[in-house]
Amino acid sequence: MIGAIVIGMAAGVLAGLLGVGGGVLFVPGLVIFLSLSQHQAEATSLLAIVPVAIVGTYKQNRYGNVRRGDALLLGILSLAGAAGGVALANALSGATLRAAFAVLILLMAAQLVRRALGDPKKIDPIGPDTS
Amino acid sequence: MATDGMRPATGWTPRRPLDRPLKLMAIGTAAGLFSGLFGVGGGTVIVPLLVLWLGYDERAATGTSLAAIVFIAGFAAATQGLYGNVRVLDGVLIGVPAVGGVLLGTRLQQRLPTRSISLLFAAVLVASAVELVLR
Repeated sequence: MIGAIVIGMAAGVLAGLLGVGGGVLFVPGLVIFLSLSQHQAEATSLLAIVPVAIVGTYKQNRYGNVRRGDALLLGILSLAGAAGGVALANALSGATLRAAFAVLILLMAAQLVRRALGDPKKIDPIGPDTS
Repeated sequence: MATDGMRPATGWTPRRPLDRPLKLMAIGTAAGLFSGLFGVGGGTVIVPLLVLWLGYDERAATGTSLAAIVFIAGFAAATQGLYGNVRVLDGVLIGVPAVGGVLLGTRLQQRLPTRSISLLFAAVLVASAVELVLR
């Protein structure tokens, strides 16, 4: 119980500091420290993301950064994909899913390093700089 | 510009209004798949695509992405619930403190060396990846 709270706080602080989503930290935290299976960790991470995204949206909306029409459309149009992604995850074995997730966070690590070393002023890892 | 009379309107005029929804649909589908498959929000997919395809600036992309993620993650979590994978108590115990953490992190952003923290965070991710694979 304490473990979950610590994971949430730590992941939240890092997410806020670096502008990354909490999920990339929730999932390994849940697997490594709370011994959840990869499937349980991903499912639980999705639930944990909801309050973070709600509060984030509320704050961003006050700054006028939320284009509501597009956000609503995006949300609705993503539902089929989300159902497909969840079905795909559940069709894979835990080991395969863990390996795929490991590749994902390695790519994110590489991107973070590239940004941190590339441009000292701009370290937003989810930024648009893909050129 | 909208119609030039000489040409039947098979050019860009009728296609243009569909362009945006189609792009949003592509982005939403990709983000949904990504989110559902990996248990993350999907901002990694949404933000750069909104910037590249729809000309969003980074702030609007981030804000709009967060709002979309409420739907995506909520729906994906519910779907995972049908598979019996969601640990509701753990999710709440992580998600609620994370809100406080994010607010704190955002506030600290101006005062801390985010560059060093990025590198440290990258190291944490690499260590996590190794731990996950060796498990």
